[in-house]
Amino acid sequence: MEFLGDLFGNYTLRTVGLGAAFLGIVNGVLGSFAVLRRQSLLGDAISHAALPGIALAFLLTGSKATIVLLLGAAAAGWVGTLLVMNIVKNTRVKYDSALGLVLSVFFGFGLVLLTYIQRMPVASQAGLDTFLFGQAATLLARDVATIGILGLAVLLIVLAVWKEFKLLCFDPDFARSLGFPIRWLDVLLITLLVTSIVIGLQTVGVVLMSAMVVAPAAAARQWTDRLGAMVAISAFFGALAGVGGALVSSLTARLPAGPTIVLCLTAIVLVSLLAAPNRGVVWKWARERVNRNLLQTEAVLADLYVLAMRHEDLGHGHPISVLRTMSIGHGGVDRSLEVLRERGLVRVTADGTWSLTPRGLSEAGRLSGTREEGP
Amino acid sequence: MTAPQVEIQLIAIVVAVSCALPGTFLVLRRMAMMSDAISHAILFGIVLAFFVTRDLTSPFLVVAAALTGVLTVSLVELLNRTGLVREDAAIGLTFPALFSIGVILVARYAGSVHLDTDSVLLGELAFAPFNRLEVMGYDIGPKAFYLMACIMLLNVLFIAVFYKELKLATFDASLAGVFGFLPGFLHYALMALVSVTAVGAFEAVGSILVVALMIAPPTTAYLLVDRLSLMLAVSALLGAVSAVAGYWVAHALDASIAGSMASVAGLLFGVAYLAAPGRGLVAIALRRVRQRWEFAQAMLLVHLYNHEGLPEAVRENRLPNLPDHLKWDPRFAERVVATARRRGLVETRDSLLFLTDSGRATAMEAMVG
Repeated sequence: MEFLGDLFGNYTLRTVGLGAAFLGIVNGVLGSFAVLRRQSLLGDAISHAALPGIALAFLLTGSKATIVLLLGAAAAGWVGTLLVMNIVKNTRVKYDSALGLVLSVFFGFGLVLLTYIQRMPVASQAGLDTFLFGQAATLLARDVATIGILGLAVLLIVLAVWKEFKLLCFDPDFARSLGFPIRWLDVLLITLLVTSIVIGLQTVGVVLMSAMVVAPAAAARQWTDRLGAMVAISAFFGALAGVGGALVSSLTARLPAGPTIVLCLTAIVLVSLLAAPNRGVVWKWARERVNRNLLQTEAVLADLYVLAMRHEDLGHGHPISVLRTMSIGHGGVDRSLEVLRERGLVRVTADGTWSLTPRGLSEAGRLSGTREEGP
Repeated sequence: MTAPQVEIQLIAIVVAVSCALPGTFLVLRRMAMMSDAISHAILFGIVLAFFVTRDLTSPFLVVAAALTGVLTVSLVELLNRTGLVREDAAIGLTFPALFSIGVILVARYAGSVHLDTDSVLLGELAFAPFNRLEVMGYDIGPKAFYLMACIMLLNVLFIAVFYKELKLATFDASLAGVFGFLPGFLHYALMALVSVTAVGAFEAVGSILVVALMIAPPTTAYLLVDRLSLMLAVSALLGAVSAVAGYWVAHALDASIAGSMASVAGLLFGVAYLAAPGRGLVAIALRRVRQRWEFAQAMLLVHLYNHEGLPEAVRENRLPNLPDHLKWDPRFAERVVATARRRGLVETRDSLLFLTDSGRATAMEAMVG
């Protein structure tokens, strides 16, 4: 409770938390589309490519205002992305190579500019290198307002063209055949992605910003099969990790914001991969176990049925060793017999052997009947 | 040139060549982004090993880095195999996590010693000559040079010994498997090699620019040549050129050497992208223009051939009719006819167009193929 009191009472923490929440939501939403379109690594390229834009914006204007630097970053990120697409379209260079090339070369160029700026005889350049790893604590109310307004604009546009983006993600060919301007939608989606990445650079940094795009969406994908729900969950995860990471980082000395947020995201992803209903690893394992037990039980019932059919007396008991021999390949005889006995389908005879009850006989007959009717 | 300058350039060349060789296979195997993942993730291994040895130049670091690289690749494949996330997302989830752990460990526990995030991420080649290797009291040169030379030799040896296997596994993995070449083993060996190269290079150029040196020269070479052996050689050469030119650009601007090397490597790609013979943008544009003219020529000849010797030829086979009939701009039509006449395919009599014998043959060829 003391922590919550701090959160609402402390101006810096409130600012940082609000900013991180905004950019978590926006990146969660846009990241969903990127992940579904198999463009997860595009975020990596965009954020690295933004670095020279930040440096150039400062060199050209001499201003360190957030909006100026963000505009530069967005322009560079946008140019980098279009370059990737054009290289892939015009040459035989593959997508991954083009991505790696643009990412690293733009970053290298940005580094040249940054080191050049740092050696200039003016003192005002300090702070540009926080863009590498991000520094949540340096967020000002003004920055948060910028993030909030840009983020809101991005979200409104996504809402406005929701149907078109959905089509673009799942069936672009169909969308084209319906007459939607696919190319422009593609460019629009990338522009929005660039915007959402750029507003996070100051907090998370260029190096790790890509995780902010991929992780919430990849986690949210595990919990649902519907786009609307996925986007909402992704936004929630983004905000959760953003706020958590940024606050922990602000409260602890020598704990950079970007990596802390990424570790929060990683924890969310791990939990989602393991525990999400239907798709999660644990869930899948449990389902397979239930199915395997069911099949084993049915197989033991069928074995008993086969044995019963070969004897005059249908209630004749059969020793467990016979059933074990018959069940080589599926196993689980003891457990299955116990389950069947509880269901009243088999019983133990006086000499400790097993036989079908009348109900078991009809049930087994029904099962084998349906099996024989099968293909 | 002063001695440190020569030494820096030598180190830069060795780093660039070491990166370009395994990079060629990454580019061909469509695993370029794996270099990004590995070069970031090895920070985790380097930091752990550093806490154990307390020495940044310990060979133990190289081993730790190789293991971390293989761990990264395995994690990506493990994630991918659950079927819950696709490969691109698996890469995008794995390396930021490992890198973040590395950065946090450095920030919290290694702040006082010589290992900070900037030097890992960005490298500083200018300081490399300060760290000397002494043998029996004699100074024989910078340590970084010998370390990278060993790694380069390792790369060259690996590629030379497994050349045939790598080639087949790269271009036809299933056939390589049928032949018993163990493409899986080669895959992990290559990844280990990439990791070792990245850890050797990170001190000089930083982890992100390792990616530039691994991807940019081979991608450029990919636009220029068609043979694997040539591609390896051209990549290495382009890497070396980027290294030397990058050094002098950085010298002139007093800026980051690694950044300039990456920029020059990118610039070289830009030149190839524009001007590569047969594949560059200029070549593509020229080919489009030529094809447009060839097609227009064929259209003209076929048109004339269709109406040749028929009553309507008087109306159809004349220049003023062409823009209307073939939907051509009048000036374009004039130029097409002029070219055809110059080539001896068409002749004009009484403002009517007639096919010459070779024009008729060309028209028939255009129609029949």
